[in-house]
Amino acid sequence: MNPLYRRRRIVNAFNLGVSMLAVAFGLFWLAWLLWTLVDRGLGAVSLHMFTHTTPPPGSAGGLLNAIFGSFLMSALATLIGTPVGVLAGTYLAEFGSRGWLAPATRFINDILLSAPSIIIGLFIYAVYVTQTRHFSGWAGAFALSLIVIPVVLKTTENMLRLVPNSLREAAAALGAPQWKIVTMVTWRAARAGIVTGVLLAVARISGETAPLLFTALNNQFWSANMNAPMANLPVVIFQFAMSPYQDWQRLAWGGALLITLAVLALNILARVLFREKNPLR
Amino acid sequence: METTERPPIRPKFSIHNLAFFYGSFQALKPISLEIPEKKVTAIIGPSGCGKSTLLRTLNRMYELYPGQRAAGEILMDGENILDPGQDLNLLRARIGMLFQKPTPFPMSIFDNIAFGIKLYEKPSRGVLADRVEWALRKAALWNEVKDKLQQSGTGLSGGQQQRLCIARAIAVRPQVVLLDEPCSALDPISTARIEELIAELKQDYTIVMVTHNMQQAARVSDYTAYLYLGELIEFDVTDTIFLKPRHRQTEDYITGRFG
Repeated sequence: MNPLYRRRRIVNAFNLGVSMLAVAFGLFWLAWLLWTLVDRGLGAVSLHMFTHTTPPPGSAGGLLNAIFGSFLMSALATLIGTPVGVLAGTYLAEFGSRGWLAPATRFINDILLSAPSIIIGLFIYAVYVTQTRHFSGWAGAFALSLIVIPVVLKTTENMLRLVPNSLREAAAALGAPQWKIVTMVTWRAARAGIVTGVLLAVARISGETAPLLFTALNNQFWSANMNAPMANLPVVIFQFAMSPYQDWQRLAWGGALLITLAVLALNILARVLFREKNPLR
Repeated sequence: METTERPPIRPKFSIHNLAFFYGSFQALKPISLEIPEKKVTAIIGPSGCGKSTLLRTLNRMYELYPGQRAAGEILMDGENILDPGQDLNLLRARIGMLFQKPTPFPMSIFDNIAFGIKLYEKPSRGVLADRVEWALRKAALWNEVKDKLQQSGTGLSGGQQQRLCIARAIAVRPQVVLLDEPCSALDPISTARIEELIAELKQDYTIVMVTHNMQQAARVSDYTAYLYLGELIEFDVTDTIFLKPRHRQTEDYITGRFG
């Protein structure tokens, strides 16, 4: 065999082996984590969990108030964050080709995207909670919306950039003003990608604990009052898992499994949607 | 050519000393030529010679991109379209354009065509439907799509998509149609259909087309401009360009001896 070729084959086999080991290493921890979660959490998941509120230690209960609070705050955060993110992303991709504002916005957004979420929680605590003088569902929703905005902004911009310029030129060639080109043509072309970005943002915030610790805090009882502290899954999991009570710990595992499954479902939905509905692929 | 009975040829565009810049790079040396009305004018030349650049000055498409600018004068029916006061949307509504790759919008076949019409008119439903049908018939696509007008325009074949784009362009009743290598992504059969269509459209529209395909220029155009490195080498009646060009350079390019 040609010695150069033989050497290349040996190097190739070695590198492939190392890569596969790295993959196995990563997957091993992930599989272990999921297995532990399912093993400990599945026992706690029952109809009871969805119909009863969080119990005092030593008595039976569920996670109804926490599930509801998480759902409500995530939904509001998405409602607040999505329009801001989509519009700002549209500005960056469609209108920001000249001047300094777009590059500056993009840079700041990238920082916000990677900002530790606890800082976002502290920020809302400082500007909102200290003003209203109490923890509240609104504060939690605002903190989460600050996490939604950069994610949605980034995906919107990236998805709009994937729309070929020829499509914009074709619309412009008909005499369409720019706002029509954006709303009627490029948004439509990028719709699947933008919706995917929103779903991924929802998945991202549904497990966030730090921004809620300083904002929504928690609530032992059922409450739909957005101006009062509100129960939510991540903080309940945090509290219950740290507690010495076994039934609380069991519920924490159940809640953790629930969030993980929800995030998994959102990710699958986002992928399917992007693959099926994307007119550009 | 069947032009004997027509009145003398009137220029649709009179281009005077048109220069074009991508940033500091000059893509067109000052060019002057007259593009006749209701004729097909082909622009040929090797890649990078400025064919598409010249075409894109006629509807100021380059304005979409920062750093691109034109200097000189382009008179369309006597009015300078390079004038900064020129309204770009209204200018482009009078000038249709077709691109290398078909560009159907991500909406239904019907809406693809209605989109352009509704930009500057408010037709009733019936009038709109009639106009869509008229455009699709004119683009020789009606029979293939009349039963699926509500289906997505992106689901058509490449040749059908390009004819859809032709229908969309003429539905707004422009005066000029610009074609930027409209057949380069199509198979020979679709190409033949588009060429037939071009021959038919020149009854009503001034057509300017960029092409890499010299046979195509010879087949469908009345006038041909040969560009090389941003300079207009020769512009004449197509038969003259292809049979007895005045410049050696043109002849070399056309006969394939171009080095």
